[in-house]
Amino acid sequence: MTQNDYVLRTVEERGIGFIQLWFTDVLGTPKAFHITPQELQNALEEGMTFDGSAIDGFSRMQEADVLARPDPSTFQVLPYEGTGSEIARVVCDISNLDGSPFEGCPRHTLRRVAERARSGGYTFYVAPEIEYFYFSSANPATGPIPLDRGGYFDLSVGDVASNLRRRSVKMLEEMGIPVEHAQHEDAPSQHEVDLRYTDVLTMADTVMTTRLVLKALASAEGLVASFMPKPLALVQGSGMHTHCSLWSNDENAFADGDDEAGLSTTARQFMAGLLVHAPEITAITNQWVNSYKRLVAGHEAPVSIGWARSNRSSLVRVPVAKHGRRESTRLEYRAPDSACNPYLSFAMMLAAGLKGIEGAYELEPELTGSLGGARPLPSNLNDAVDLLENSALARETLGDHVVEWFVRNKRAEWAAYKSEITQFELDRYLPTL
Amino acid sequence: MMATDPILCLPASIDPSLLLGLSQAGYRLAVTDDVTPSEEPVLAALVSARGGLDTAKALCAAVRNSSEDQIPVLLLVSQSDVSSLDHNSGLFDDFAILPSSAAELLVRFARLTAGRTGSDSDTVVAFGPLKINTETYQALIDGRVLDLTYMEYELLTFLATNSTKVFTREALLSRVWGYEYYGGARTVDVHIRRLRAKLGEEHASLIETIRSVGYRLGQPSWANTTLS
Repeated sequence: MTQNDYVLRTVEERGIGFIQLWFTDVLGTPKAFHITPQELQNALEEGMTFDGSAIDGFSRMQEADVLARPDPSTFQVLPYEGTGSEIARVVCDISNLDGSPFEGCPRHTLRRVAERARSGGYTFYVAPEIEYFYFSSANPATGPIPLDRGGYFDLSVGDVASNLRRRSVKMLEEMGIPVEHAQHEDAPSQHEVDLRYTDVLTMADTVMTTRLVLKALASAEGLVASFMPKPLALVQGSGMHTHCSLWSNDENAFADGDDEAGLSTTARQFMAGLLVHAPEITAITNQWVNSYKRLVAGHEAPVSIGWARSNRSSLVRVPVAKHGRRESTRLEYRAPDSACNPYLSFAMMLAAGLKGIEGAYELEPELTGSLGGARPLPSNLNDAVDLLENSALARETLGDHVVEWFVRNKRAEWAAYKSEITQFELDRYLPTL
Repeated sequence: MMATDPILCLPASIDPSLLLGLSQAGYRLAVTDDVTPSEEPVLAALVSARGGLDTAKALCAAVRNSSEDQIPVLLLVSQSDVSSLDHNSGLFDDFAILPSSAAELLVRFARLTAGRTGSDSDTVVAFGPLKINTETYQALIDGRVLDLTYMEYELLTFLATNSTKVFTREALLSRVWGYEYYGGARTVDVHIRRLRAKLGEEHASLIETIRSVGYRLGQPSWANTTLS
């Protein structure tokens, strides 16, 4: 039996009516087209041609057509109810018509970096903590309306949002997405779903699926699950803190029991790579104008560069390994927000860390006390994009096609933002100036 | 009909250790004194002559009449009753002499049901509440369809085919994923966790972690409760 046989037979046996072919544009927006079971064999064997020119980051000068190639290992029946016939999804890689990887495909980008890690003997495991809000409406005119006034770890019965989160977690589990932990977060109506670690490519697919499931179930209740980085001004935003570890065969390459912080040289070099390259990868991990409203002091979000074991505002945190267990040694990179493109964000994080290992970077001392004096992260999208544009690491990792498109797109977003007159300005200046 | 459909046991006085052996082998048992059980379909009937050979024969006849299907009947008799058995009566298909062992009964059941289950016995891998049809690639837990990815299916089928045997992560990697896979044994842990998520809370423990060794498809959680 081949994977394709398995997929085709399952579609037949389960009476699947449609198959969604999933892919992601450069900004991390989920995209899909539907095919019938009759088309599936052909799609699996040859791929499906479509016009990529309307997809963000896919357009090119010469050739508009690209090929979606379903990855049969990702075939999964979707457990949504009440849709009539069953629906399944397959995640696709995007190729050029000659079969070579399409340079604008985020999944290819991540796979390329993961393979580089592998050629060095490493597998990269990640476990993100996805924060998000439930709102009763996403109408920009009324603004976000939280469902509750609950706080961190609050245990309340019968509240709509917590029930919704619980059902979402159950559905994720049914789809083979293990959830480590889910809870009410700090801010009103803010929730968090922590996914159990897996290899980085699977995790990027999983983050896309998780966001879709959380949104779909909320929407079925007439509610909105929002991954906007900072929807409410006075409370904390939605981060996607990502726990990272490198494994060499079955050994956690980050662990060293003899080290005072439990970290191996590999871990220190990887962390040094993350810290050195953090400013230039921030445009990817925090890609929206709004992302930088989250990265401000006072809301547990990182604003400057450093690492620490206990300080929860540091950019990289080294969590205490559970009962001193080597396998749980990891680094937590705290910049990404829940609205990032997980493929490109993970790719840049891994590339930065590998750079640190390859270049035997020296790790700066641990932050103690206040964070004063540390190098800052870019404080707005414009600065972040400048740093990305001039980053050799980004060019090498993402390729010129993605970097150039991304820079153009983000400059346009910044220009549109800059020309807006905000409520802040009206409130502050109109009465007095 | 699949290999784990219930076996009817008549009467309830059958030696519990035999029943335990059968249930550990993955058969679902319905111990009853009622010859027209509500639970269908029935794979086979195990009739004990402990209450007297005449009673046993009456029960055999009742089983024969209870269904249009010819349900195989295995009669358990004591050594002294053997001479009184009339093999041409058509009331039973095979017999075993008490005290018997679960191992013997399993062989006899397999022989009795081989013809009935037809091709199913080759294509259905079953363990407790889990059934996997290797022809249609469908897996069921307690009758509920499990929507598995290809690797999840391969892993579960491998464990079910070799149920109760413990495999190290390395063994699972090389036998399920193949030698060319370079993800490391942690991949196995990740997939086991995914399978447990899909099996659901109630059945997650079907896949047992054997500390510092590996994994196996363990004793189904109902094996003891059925008999208590």
